[in-house]
Amino acid sequence: MAVEATIVNVAARASLWLQPHRIVLIVTGLALVFAAAFFMRWDWLPQYYEMALVGLWRTLWILAVTCTLGFLLAVPLGLAQAAGPFWLAAPTKAFCTVIRGTPLLLQLWLLYYGLGSLFPQYPWVRESWMWPYLRQAWPYGVLALTLSFAGYEGEVMRGAFAGVPKGQLEAARAFGMSRWKILRRIWLPQAFYRALPTLTGETVLQLKSTPLVATISVIDIFAVSSKVRQSTFLTYEPLLLLALIYMAITGILVFALGKIEARIPNKIG
Amino acid sequence: MARIIELLSPTPPGWGGTLLVGLLHSVEIAAGAFGLGLVIGICGAYGKLYGGPVVRDLLAFYTTIVRAVPELVLILLLYYAGTDLINQLLTAMGYQRIDISGLVAGIAVLGFVQGAYSTEVMRGAILAIPQGQIEAARAYGMSPGLLLRRITLPAMLPFAIPGLANLWLIATKDTALLAVVGFFELTLATRQAAGVTKAYLTFFLAAGVIYLLLTLVSNLIIGRIEAWARRGMPSLKEAH
Repeated sequence: MAVEATIVNVAARASLWLQPHRIVLIVTGLALVFAAAFFMRWDWLPQYYEMALVGLWRTLWILAVTCTLGFLLAVPLGLAQAAGPFWLAAPTKAFCTVIRGTPLLLQLWLLYYGLGSLFPQYPWVRESWMWPYLRQAWPYGVLALTLSFAGYEGEVMRGAFAGVPKGQLEAARAFGMSRWKILRRIWLPQAFYRALPTLTGETVLQLKSTPLVATISVIDIFAVSSKVRQSTFLTYEPLLLLALIYMAITGILVFALGKIEARIPNKIG
Repeated sequence: MARIIELLSPTPPGWGGTLLVGLLHSVEIAAGAFGLGLVIGICGAYGKLYGGPVVRDLLAFYTTIVRAVPELVLILLLYYAGTDLINQLLTAMGYQRIDISGLVAGIAVLGFVQGAYSTEVMRGAILAIPQGQIEAARAYGMSPGLLLRRITLPAMLPFAIPGLANLWLIATKDTALLAVVGFFELTLATRQAAGVTKAYLTFFLAAGVIYLLLTLVSNLIIGRIEAWARRGMPSLKEAH
């Protein structure tokens, strides 16, 4: 019985969604896709297939690393602004303002060209163990994207920390918890739950910022498509495929993070 | 220190003038794109709220795609596709090919991107207007155009301003992306100046200060506009 009811329910919802005009739109869309597949040139795909996979992997890797590191940095940034003393709150606020007030491309170029031109002047930098890394482009890309994510998410965390009801913290103190334990058991988890809904949006924004690293010669998926365009003289095909890839990643991200969000108790505070 | 001042001076031995021209171009493009985005946003929001099923689905498609694909990719696609399409149309109609100026192309491309975000902001703001106000205007027999001009736009303004302010700041920063397609705005001007003089840190920091000032001044003006748009309404702090 119950199974039958769900089937009927699903069918009813499907027929509600699949109205006649939608069928026409979907058919038109499919026709466009097939036209693109048949009338555009895709013979370059086998040749650049492996390069594209490496680029895709690099994009995802940069996204994961910068989001993780950025969030870890955002927690102290938010905490310092929400509860820190003036000498801690003022510089963190200034940091967030500067990051959010200047274009990421400029920050990236400042780090790559600016710092990159500064380091070789000092012999001790060139002799240090870090030099092999500092000579490459990707550390600057990762650093710029991490700082950017931390700047935006730090502002969110400030609001999240400030939004936890005072009564909760007072109750924790009344139980005799130390300040560290209050942060670990009460304040941070609740602030994290509050910040989570924004995390999906911020992660998608971060994904959309990753192609900027291609401008400092990191070979991510965007750079691969530029390379294909240069060597095959095709304008649209690589860009359309690239847009499709980014859309797919965005879709997967939104779906996966939505699943995580749905598991959070929604009655907080 | 003296060398930095010399480098940044606005007259030819220094590169300050070049940066200021770049800033002017950036602000022009940001303002144009923001304006175009507003127009698209109002039309899009109306379409999403009051349009037929096909219009609604097409608009949902537009906003989803634009928000899921990186701006850089969209800029490249629209920049090449747009100029290519216009030229093909012109040759098909028997006219000469034209060079589309970077300014117009930049405004069109960024405006198209802004329009998608703007649509969502406006839609939310129109939904936040107490429904009775629109119903009352309809009951008085106002035509849709008059209703839009007298009731909907002014009443939604206080709800739309925070979102629109964000969009303006995004617009000023997104102009930097046009440097990648070779449009001469502040970031590209900075890179050229830095490349010629090899004073990378000086110029990128100077450009950062300029962008930051642009943001801070914008915030001041936005605060004024918001206070004006919310006049007569309870302050946000009391409302909570």
